[in-house]
Amino acid sequence: MSDDDRKPLAQVKTVIDGREVTVQRDRWALDVAREMGISIPTLCNHPALTPYGACRLCVVQVTKGKWTWLTTSCDLPIREGLSISTDAPAVVQARKMALEMLWTQAPDAKEIRDLARQMGVEKPRFDNRLEDNKCILCGLCVRVCEKILGDSAIHFSHRGAKRDVTTPFGEPSETCIGCRACEMICPTGHIVSRLEGSALNISTWNTEVEMARCEQCGCVLMPVKEFEFIRARMGEKIRPEQLCQACRRQKTAKQLSDISTTSGWTAGQRQAKTAEPVTGD
Amino acid sequence: MGLCTCGLANGGGDVLAHIRDEVQKRRLDFVVHETGCVGFCEMEPIVDVLAPGLPRVFYHHVTTEEARELVRSLAAGDFQSESALMRLERDELLRQVDRPLTGKLNGLANVPQMNDVGFYKSQMKLALRNCGFIDPHNIDDYIATGGYASLAKVIQTMTPDEVVECIKQSGLRGRGGGGFATGRKWEACRKAEGRPKYVLCNGDEGDPGAFMDRSIMEGNPHAVLEGMAIGAYAIGSDRGYIYVRLEYPLAVENLRIAIQQAEQECLLGENILGTDFNFTIRISRGAGAFVCGESTALMASIEGQAGEPRAKHIHTSEKGLFGKPTNLNNVETWANVPVILDKGAEWFSSIGNENSKGTKVFSVVGKVKNTGLVEVPMGVTLRQIIFDIAGGIPDGRSFKGVQTGGPSGGCLPASQLDLPVDFDSLTEAGSMMGSGGMIVMDDRTCVVEVARYFTEFLCRESCGKCTACREGTLRMLELLEKITSGQAAPEDLGLLEEVCLHVRDNSICGLGKSAPNPTLSTLRYFREEYDAHVLDRKCPAGVCRALTKFRIDPEACKACGQCPKACPVSAISGGKKKVPAKIDQEKCVQCGLCRDACKFDAVTAT
Repeated sequence: MSDDDRKPLAQVKTVIDGREVTVQRDRWALDVAREMGISIPTLCNHPALTPYGACRLCVVQVTKGKWTWLTTSCDLPIREGLSISTDAPAVVQARKMALEMLWTQAPDAKEIRDLARQMGVEKPRFDNRLEDNKCILCGLCVRVCEKILGDSAIHFSHRGAKRDVTTPFGEPSETCIGCRACEMICPTGHIVSRLEGSALNISTWNTEVEMARCEQCGCVLMPVKEFEFIRARMGEKIRPEQLCQACRRQKTAKQLSDISTTSGWTAGQRQAKTAEPVTGD
Repeated sequence: MGLCTCGLANGGGDVLAHIRDEVQKRRLDFVVHETGCVGFCEMEPIVDVLAPGLPRVFYHHVTTEEARELVRSLAAGDFQSESALMRLERDELLRQVDRPLTGKLNGLANVPQMNDVGFYKSQMKLALRNCGFIDPHNIDDYIATGGYASLAKVIQTMTPDEVVECIKQSGLRGRGGGGFATGRKWEACRKAEGRPKYVLCNGDEGDPGAFMDRSIMEGNPHAVLEGMAIGAYAIGSDRGYIYVRLEYPLAVENLRIAIQQAEQECLLGENILGTDFNFTIRISRGAGAFVCGESTALMASIEGQAGEPRAKHIHTSEKGLFGKPTNLNNVETWANVPVILDKGAEWFSSIGNENSKGTKVFSVVGKVKNTGLVEVPMGVTLRQIIFDIAGGIPDGRSFKGVQTGGPSGGCLPASQLDLPVDFDSLTEAGSMMGSGGMIVMDDRTCVVEVARYFTEFLCRESCGKCTACREGTLRMLELLEKITSGQAAPEDLGLLEEVCLHVRDNSICGLGKSAPNPTLSTLRYFREEYDAHVLDRKCPAGVCRALTKFRIDPEACKACGQCPKACPVSAISGGKKKVPAKIDQEKCVQCGLCRDACKFDAVTAT
């Protein structure tokens, strides 16, 4: 490896599916391939989060010198002289097997079954490992929670086939602010929450959070803890108010009209001013 | 008194207490010391006696009564030479310092020399050099055998580049499993940008039946510390961690004492030996997950996170612990470093064969006469280790296979017995050096069951992060269980192989990548045994209960009465008063104890 190649912003040449590209060193192969219009399936990848390499669907075949091996593309940094194939027979076979395994792990996940069928897997050769399960342990929820909260509300527990995502000791979480980022990022719809009166019940995490109400109209607004969390993040200068969108709009409108009254403008003046250019010819 | 875990497990603690008591009671001028393990675990508890001008004499299987008797007769000048195991005329095997033997040997002349005992004959102790000979709790013992001389030499007379060059020239390769060139690893970390740099020691030995690193940490902890200090000097690091599992409490304790003493003697800490070189070592205790022996999982664990690996496209020598350049070596590798600096790269590279230099420690267990720790030059054959050193297969049975490299290694058959034991040959044969576990099996071992056992271990120890390893090892286990319980269809063998290859090629870390080795190697070398299970519904070794029926040949039965006694479910009638024994198949649970009890081979498995 030359010294130039080691510089963080160095440009390196690499070949993906026979097409040579020059890209910045250490960019993820998955991103580069997708920019080239190559489709690679992923389940545990998200642009907002660091690559994790758990689902193994984005596997590609890499050749460098005399070595050829399979590896995930999401966490593969591009370096000089790699030759990457995203559709070699070994790649296709590996993806199919991974999908077979994910299918029997999460037989309820429609997304997995659809993806598997697209790849030509009609029926997995294994028995279902878990019933009524949609979770594929991709870790997106865990990572997004860590990224947003810093102090995670959920994490993995146990290891191997017993691995699971849960709150500490499976108890209702005290840390969860009810932001539902986990629910939104989950690729298989495993995480569900429901509004029950003035509480948000995230049954997957055995957790209920209290909802704040709009100070004006009294409608259910957002989880109390989430509101406090946002307030703390914004610091002293900006104080967001506990208002729903409609009430906030009303309030802003009222503020604007107050401003115009106090600054000496009247509605009539404004109308006259805007009307001026219209009068002409 | 040998008081490694093996000595303690065999009652060494009691023996020591009795020796101390007897010495005190008789007000004898004896010094009683604890040492590590001399490797001959089969013979524990071992007591050795060192008298001025006389060779070191070893006694084996010492009971508390015998220990008291020994103290009494030693006080009277009688060495009980008829019960001694061996004698050692040199203080220490590596340095071969001859002590002046001025005393009269008398009866001791008949005691075999250590180097003539089969177990030690072909051994060469570098990493284990002081184990069993020095008191691990006493730094002076280590210094007296030349300990820390290499560190002093390195700091005072060599540049870091010279040290790296010396290790490179020696051809030392990582003893932890991968066999990566240590010198190149050090060089990469030395050149990497970023501070601080970390030097780590991997003491997370977790293979069933492996205890090489434990023995070194327990019996010679200063060798590890000295090696790490030398490595830190070469790499340019000022801090290090030893990662050791809490299941090794004695190792943790001995390392802790050793670090404390080395710091007191100015051999660790700040301004080592009066220079401006600083290096501190902390112990990081692991909770015993097998996956934490993997480098990135180990680092995550030290950082306080769950022990899970990550992709290593960016090497840990660039970004390792806390995102800083990190150099990780295994216990045995570190223990070798002072020897290399002391004796020189050329000397070290003259030991071993073309691509594997130096010696390797193996823990030889299973169906062998002499269970224990064996250190041999690289390139000796499996046959030499199993038959010459470990004494071959007991009870007149024959050799069937040997699992090298622990659960991640492979099972090699008799046809591979003349394979030279080195990194490349073992990998080529479908196994691996691993950290050096060696489990020997006799003809009453079912290799399918062995593969199932190791797969079960790996399935349980998989961290579960990646689909390939989490789901794959589970599917492998399911298929192997189907085979051993006689429910497998012929196409299951093909599926098993396919899953194995998938797990090998698609897992994140070494645990998953090597998890299929036991299955793949047994499929390669013992295919007929798999076929017998699947096609004929038979377990040729008579182990898999669902596929085995035991019968007693009335012609061969001598009605000795042993098998009815051995049967836990009273399924055997007769066997006494000249009536041949007979098994009631309804009651039989296929445990095989009757077969083990029979001295006339009248019990057969069908």
